[in-house]
Amino acid sequence: MSSKAPDVEDLLTRKYQHGFVTDIESDSLPPGLDEGVVTAISHRKREPQFLLDWRLKAFRHWLTMREPTWATVHHPPIDYQAISYYSAPRTSADAPKSIEEVDPKLLATYEKLGIPLHERARLAGVAVDAVFDSVSVATTFKEKLAKAGVIFCSFSDAVRDHPELVERYLGTVVPPADNFFAALNSAVFSDGSFVYVPAGVRCPMELSTYFRINAAKTGQFERTLIVAAEGASVSYLEGCTAPMRDENQLHAAVVELVALDDAKIKYSTVQNWYPGDEHGVGGIYNFVTKRGECRGRNAKISWTQVETGSAITWKYPSCVLKGDGSVGEFYSVAVANNYQQADTGTKMIHIGRDTKSTIVSKGISAGHAVNTYRGLVKVLPNASGARNFTQCDSLLMGSQCAAHTFPTVEVRNPDATVEHEASTSRIGEDQLFYCLQRGVSAEDAVNMIVSGFCKAVFKELPMEFAVEAQNLLSVSLEGAVG
Amino acid sequence: MLKISQLRANVAGRNILKGVDLEVHAGEVHAIMGPNGSGKSTLVQVLAGREDYEITGGSVVFDGADLLAMPAEQRARHGLFLGFQYPVEIPGVNNAYLLKAALNAKRKAAGLPEVDAYEFLSLIKAKMKFMGMDESFLSRGVNEGFSGGEKKRNEILQMLVLEPKLALLDETDSGLDIDALKVVAKGVNSLRAADRSIVLVTHYQRLLDYVEPDRVHVFADGRILKSGDKSLALELEARGYDWLREGRVA
Ligand SMILES: Nc1ncnc2c1ncn2[C@@H]1O[C@H](COP(=O)(O)OP(=O)(O)OP(=O)(O)O)[C@@H](O)[C@H]1O
Ligand SMILES: [Mg+2]
Repeated sequence: MSSKAPDVEDLLTRKYQHGFVTDIESDSLPPGLDEGVVTAISHRKREPQFLLDWRLKAFRHWLTMREPTWATVHHPPIDYQAISYYSAPRTSADAPKSIEEVDPKLLATYEKLGIPLHERARLAGVAVDAVFDSVSVATTFKEKLAKAGVIFCSFSDAVRDHPELVERYLGTVVPPADNFFAALNSAVFSDGSFVYVPAGVRCPMELSTYFRINAAKTGQFERTLIVAAEGASVSYLEGCTAPMRDENQLHAAVVELVALDDAKIKYSTVQNWYPGDEHGVGGIYNFVTKRGECRGRNAKISWTQVETGSAITWKYPSCVLKGDGSVGEFYSVAVANNYQQADTGTKMIHIGRDTKSTIVSKGISAGHAVNTYRGLVKVLPNASGARNFTQCDSLLMGSQCAAHTFPTVEVRNPDATVEHEASTSRIGEDQLFYCLQRGVSAEDAVNMIVSGFCKAVFKELPMEFAVEAQNLLSVSLEGAVG
Repeated sequence: MLKISQLRANVAGRNILKGVDLEVHAGEVHAIMGPNGSGKSTLVQVLAGREDYEITGGSVVFDGADLLAMPAEQRARHGLFLGFQYPVEIPGVNNAYLLKAALNAKRKAAGLPEVDAYEFLSLIKAKMKFMGMDESFLSRGVNEGFSGGEKKRNEILQMLVLEPKLALLDETDSGLDIDALKVVAKGVNSLRAADRSIVLVTHYQRLLDYVEPDRVHVFADGRILKSGDKSLALELEARGYDWLREGRVA
């Protein structure tokens, strides 16, 4: 049903029409979205009033918005009333009870990715109580961070333990009204990560969602906020190369980064949600808003992403370069195989003087996939001495796939330098034959050629992530050639 | 070592190989000469297993095996090497990495243990020194930005590391300066052995001054028109190809 967008008036008056009284203690809410649901989520999480008000404001704004249609992606209409917006962290209900119950195909993939045995169970969603490993690891990890004064916790914990920090920074980079999906997320976000690195502190280790206690189920509307105070620096790794079990089709996350004077934030993502099968059935719709603000002088924000999963990826990690001398970077590898659709890129907004940005995007399309790069470089009138370099390359495998690039440049300061390079190439039969003639298998040859193509991005990834990413790429492109 | 009988092949729907017969014994060096576009590169690429070339007839036996039944990578592991006329660039793929992968694929197929990075490095460094190549070529992308002559040297380097039973060298001498030609010839000669065969596709006698062939063949219009000993190459150099074709018409 609901193939047309619900009428705003209708929605507004429909408040509570389902007539349910939300049972705060129940495990999950029935499908549907109205102010009652938003309120119930907030109560269920025992949030302070400011946050409830914030959510409701976002929700009311969302009702006035329309799903964006400008991206080069196609999907059947999403029925927002058919989704359940809250479910408590699952324990065991229909999760596999042991590794023996997990789909052997999934296990074979883990094997290929080189995931340690004891991790496979956790990733496959085996009931948590059957997994014994990570608790002690996570504990020592936490102690070390606490010593350095770094706050790294779930978003819910941050709301409870550091409400003043949350209130101060939440929504200051991605305002709730920013876009349709950000507004939806602001109204109903379930959980996510919070990081605060105090002034002058260099975070002693790479922070990874992987080690966050209770990361088992962050849900489909994730919210992440990372703040690096003056002179602080932090490297954050999101995601995991292993395909994660997830029943939710729609994901709409928001990530906000704030870097004050001389602070540095490096944010690396490996996204490998279920892409749907080889006929394009199923798969996650991933509509993400990621933005970082270099709020202080000489601040630096660097995004690195390897996107291989999801049926639809809609994602533009961006940098707002406010502080004079601040630096923004975006390094991206986006792979789309079979019927995947990826529409991704970045925005670099130069506001301060002598701000600098670098964009390196590598798109790989195979099968019937469509891969789109969409970028905006905007230099505002005060940004004298701003510089941007953009390199945007597409690699096509086979003849059924497509690659598009939409680079937009708006320069309103004559003093700025903007450079753009772009290329599209087909994985050469010649290159492949050359490798085969040397005795290298087709699979290894494709991996080599693709990794070579992505080299400029992989070298930005933290060391061990880079190796995993390379493996992931080869698994994602399996069967694409030969 | 290699026995080609009545080999026919189409490229893009056009008949290019029109019944090639050629026999190369172990330990021999053969030279194939012939006009541009006659199908020499097509022949060696068909032998190496290029898939988009359609074989329409004939047979090839290589070292006792049915060559045409094997996929390209297996032919390579079995000891067939093709030095390309136009070596392709593979940006970002480390030159040494590809070669190590190639060597280990071959060793694995032969049931030998893989060489580790350390062994490989000392092996390849020795070969590079022999070929007068700077070590910086190790870490560059495969043929990425190499000059024409550097690409050809790199092909010979790969050949020396892989030690094939049968090397097909497609105009490896073209575009080389005199010194490079001598180095390439030295590389080829170093591989000459009783259990190996080498087929040189070339347009010039000057390579044959350094690498003396046992047999010389004239390739024209998709087949071998005439065969002889090394003196045939000298004759071709002096008279060109027309006299042969006229002879055929007559
Ligand atoms: N992919 C292709 N599509 C169409 N024609 C092709 C293709 N590849 C080769 N040919 C044609 O096949 C014929 C033989 O080419 P080949 O490269 O084998 O010649 P060659 O004897 O090696 O010439 P040269 O001495 O110039 O290297 C030529 O006419 C060439 O144009
Ligand atoms: Mg040729």
